[in-house]
Amino acid sequence: MKVIAVIPAYNEEKNIERVIRDLVPHVSEVVLVDDGSIDLTGEKAHRAGAWVLTHSINRGQGAALATGMRFAVDNLNADVVVNYDADGQHSSEEIDGIVKPIMIGQADVVLGSRFLNDNSNVPFFRGMVLKAGILFSRITSGLKVTDTHNGFRAFSGEAVQKIRITQDRMAHASEILDEISRNNLRYVEVPVTIRYTKESMEKGQSSLNSVRIIWEYFSGKLFK
Amino acid sequence: MLIQILLVAFSIFVLWRVFLRFRQKELSLGWFIFWIIFWLAVIVVVALPQTTEVVASWLGVGRGVDVAIYVSIVILFYLVFRMFIKIQKIEQNITELTRGKAIEEVKEPKDNERE
Repeated sequence: MKVIAVIPAYNEEKNIERVIRDLVPHVSEVVLVDDGSIDLTGEKAHRAGAWVLTHSINRGQGAALATGMRFAVDNLNADVVVNYDADGQHSSEEIDGIVKPIMIGQADVVLGSRFLNDNSNVPFFRGMVLKAGILFSRITSGLKVTDTHNGFRAFSGEAVQKIRITQDRMAHASEILDEISRNNLRYVEVPVTIRYTKESMEKGQSSLNSVRIIWEYFSGKLFK
Repeated sequence: MLIQILLVAFSIFVLWRVFLRFRQKELSLGWFIFWIIFWLAVIVVVALPQTTEVVASWLGVGRGVDVAIYVSIVILFYLVFRMFIKIQKIEQNITELTRGKAIEEVKEPKDNERE
């Protein structure tokens, strides 16, 4: 089974080399999508052993993921595609756990959830915003998931072919759930650990951005 | 009134621009006709405001000026809507182009440096 990790990255030169070297032993290939970074993200990822796809201009995380996933399946014949964050928030030891339900034919999509265990040090306010996001996605997609905006996921090759990501920016997380529901894909959640560091909180999404994501979600849905 | 002279002058200026765009083939025939009719109508309404009273009483709106404002708002919303759709489409096309180029110019991993 060919397991390929797809990492969307935008200006992550600080961590990317470490993240990829840490990941390489756990997967068949690593595909990094450099989403128009102005730093050395692409070069460093390449040096660390990844396939590097370069968006010449920044198109957003959803677009970068879609590029990497299409490449992994169409060009590298991936059996399983894992979405992984570039900032070191995820744990490479958890790859096996997230891939397993697909390997044994139990699911088409596996979603990491930071709320199924107590390992993640989710800051209080961030936790509130995430809970609101979960409620939102449960209503729009109808899936009873416990964590929706978690970038740690796995898809079977066939699932990747079926799922269409048109939301270029952050609303793709909700869109993926909609697509799971639309295509009647089998999904399971597995507990994962998200490490919140001072750095990842500064670089990552501001909690206030959630309002904009909701706007993007609806405008994208209305005018598809 | 001065405002009428200014608005008519402005409308003539826009008509001239519309004509130029059409001659440079930057405007399709359909849109050319739409804009010509639109700005001619603006000139008529500005120069002879009483014409709008006829339309107003016919539509059951109080004043002629109100009809002009209502119609303008509807047209503005429609144009904004069109532009919104167009921009989304352009965004998606740019993403597709960027994606195609990225996949074409992929950098393979240097195997000797792995492990």
